[in-house]
Amino acid sequence: MVDVLVCIKRVPDVGGQVLLTADEQAVDGRYVGFTVSNHENSAVELAIRIAEATGGTVTLLTVGPAEAAEQLRATLALGAHAAIHVEADPAALGPADIAREIATVVTEKEAAGADYDLILLGNDAADTGDFQVGIRVAYALDRPVVGGVSAVEVADGSLTATGAGTDGEVSYAVPLPAVATVLEGGAEPRYPTLKGRMAAKKVEIETRQLAGAPSGAQRVRLTLPPPAPSTVEVLGEGPEAAGAVVDLFERLGVAR
Amino acid sequence: MILVWVETEAGGLSEISLETLAFARSLAEAGGGIAIRAVLFGEVEDHEAASRELGAHGVGEVRQVVGEAFTSYAAAAWAAALQELRASTGSVVVTAAGSQRGNEVLAHLAARLDVPMAANVVSFDGLAPFVVTRQVVGGAAFEEMRLDRRPALFTVAGHSWTAVEVSDPAPATWVEERPEVAPADLLARVVATRTKAADGADDLKTAKVVVGAGRGAGGPDGFGAVAELAELLGGTVGVSRVVTSLGWRPHHEQVGQTGSRIAPDLYIPCGISGAIQHWAGCASSKTILAINTDPEAPMMTKATYAVIGDMHEVVPAIVDELRARR
Ligand SMILES: Cc1cc2nc3c(=O)[nH]c(=O)nc-3n(C[C@H](O)[C@H](O)[C@H](O)COP(=O)(O)OP(=O)(O)OC[C@H]3O[C@@H](n4cnc5c(N)ncnc54)[C@H](O)[C@@H]3O)c2cc1C
Ligand SMILES: Nc1ncnc2c1ncn2[C@@H]1O[C@H](COP(=O)(O)O)[C@@H](O)[C@H]1O
Repeated sequence: MVDVLVCIKRVPDVGGQVLLTADEQAVDGRYVGFTVSNHENSAVELAIRIAEATGGTVTLLTVGPAEAAEQLRATLALGAHAAIHVEADPAALGPADIAREIATVVTEKEAAGADYDLILLGNDAADTGDFQVGIRVAYALDRPVVGGVSAVEVADGSLTATGAGTDGEVSYAVPLPAVATVLEGGAEPRYPTLKGRMAAKKVEIETRQLAGAPSGAQRVRLTLPPPAPSTVEVLGEGPEAAGAVVDLFERLGVAR
Repeated sequence: MILVWVETEAGGLSEISLETLAFARSLAEAGGGIAIRAVLFGEVEDHEAASRELGAHGVGEVRQVVGEAFTSYAAAAWAAALQELRASTGSVVVTAAGSQRGNEVLAHLAARLDVPMAANVVSFDGLAPFVVTRQVVGGAAFEEMRLDRRPALFTVAGHSWTAVEVSDPAPATWVEERPEVAPADLLARVVATRTKAADGADDLKTAKVVVGAGRGAGGPDGFGAVAELAELLGGTVGVSRVVTSLGWRPHHEQVGQTGSRIAPDLYIPCGISGAIQHWAGCASSKTILAINTDPEAPMMTKATYAVIGDMHEVVPAIVDELRARR
């Protein structure tokens, strides 16, 4: 039985175009939807598979605004069992603050009888992209951490994980309890079922307050790249453009 | 002192690490001529060539970390070694390339030293306070971040700088180091590597024509016409990171910040949105012809030419037309 904790973050679903808040401290979420990063969706999928295979559980944890309950519910519907919500304004927190909050929850829950043999996080969050919360969590809990893995398995008290390395696919074997940060690609996330949605509605999300005073994100401000004037020449639409494209190849001297 | 971890790749120095050295040199000059030390892990095929190359990129001294503990990758152990070298050299800045490993090892170092770490930095804006600009929101925005504590730790986004050699190069001095490593730092260590098959990245870097494909390819079977077009034009296939992460195509075909930087006469990105991290790898293409269903996609507005449409219809039509004109 392996109990997995997965840390997910509510992030704006920007699809390339972003607007900033007036204080330039965050992405303006008023005109965009919110979601959970692909890496974390993959982590959730891996966690559910491990829980299913071992008769264990999946607990979700987020540090975020009240609205982040939406992401917890949506993810619960995939088959997670419990959810913990540390309510906080994410713009006021840096990655070290978030890691400390996560580690505090783990320490307190484990003191009360829980055992998170495996903690999964994304490799990097889609908004702040700090590439470090998982690693800081591991140090705070004094556990080994593997980074950037896309497949994980648990057997005999140990975690085996694989991911893309510099020179090919690399694997790790690490004693539990352990932390892993996940890159998408190893496990196709499932869709929620109606039964899953119904079950998720019944789960009581545990809400908590920040455990410590945040030290902040060292953020001066966010900026947007300058708009680049487009000078593109549209050759046409659909397959009918093929003639114009091959004319271009001939002009460029690439059609052999 | 600025300490730069230089990654090795197939026995040589990685291109994005050399770019990181260009960033470090610019920072060193702004700081009034700070010395740059490089750190290398593991074996290097040719010491002399490496010390000449590092010298040419502004490094005065190299510390090569050797010993059994460093024969395979272990982020914690490598960070422990950097921590020790940071202390013994009194470095105020430690930096590395914004690769997966660069970000990972620097995050370990940050956690060990309890200081902030800035990932994927593209420039620095001031020294006192030390402010860097880095990519956030998948490259759609930038963040100016203060790094007040010392050492300042950051990684440099791939292909955001160009590697340039100094005008008066001298080979870097070579020093071997054998740091002690605590057993706990070796728990999460690479235990096996499945080496990739023949690396085709060199084809990509020298090809005159690259036909690109992204998520718009739709799946591992969506590359047939793209590969055919590449072949007809005597070129090669390049893909976005989405494509390699999903395992549709091998990593060596990836174009971008964490893949190859290409500079063909013609790049034809099909079903690629043109995120900044992809653009970093293809911006040097002489001509870009984008094919995309979305005329508003960044690739479509930044390209030289565009065709609006479904790549699964447009690319086969181009292939047919090319064949018909032969
Ligand atoms: C640190 C970091 C490093 C990164 N490094 C890289 C890198 O090296 N290389 C890289 O590529 N990315 C990199 N990325 C990822 C990058 O941010 C983007 O997520 C990625 O480039 C998007 O890939 P895409 O364009 O294939 O997919 P999407 O952004 O999903 O775009 C798909 C495009 O296809 C179009 N489309 C869909 N269907 C069709 C169709 N049938 N016909 C035609 N068009 C269609 C859509 O309109 C859309 O424009 C990195 C990200 C980070 C955070
Ligand atoms: N506010 C948060 N709440 C829960 N998990 C988080 C939060 N911020 C970051 N994480 C986790 O840490 C990972 C890495 O984030 P980052 O270091 O900010 O790039 C994310 O993919 C999440 O899994």
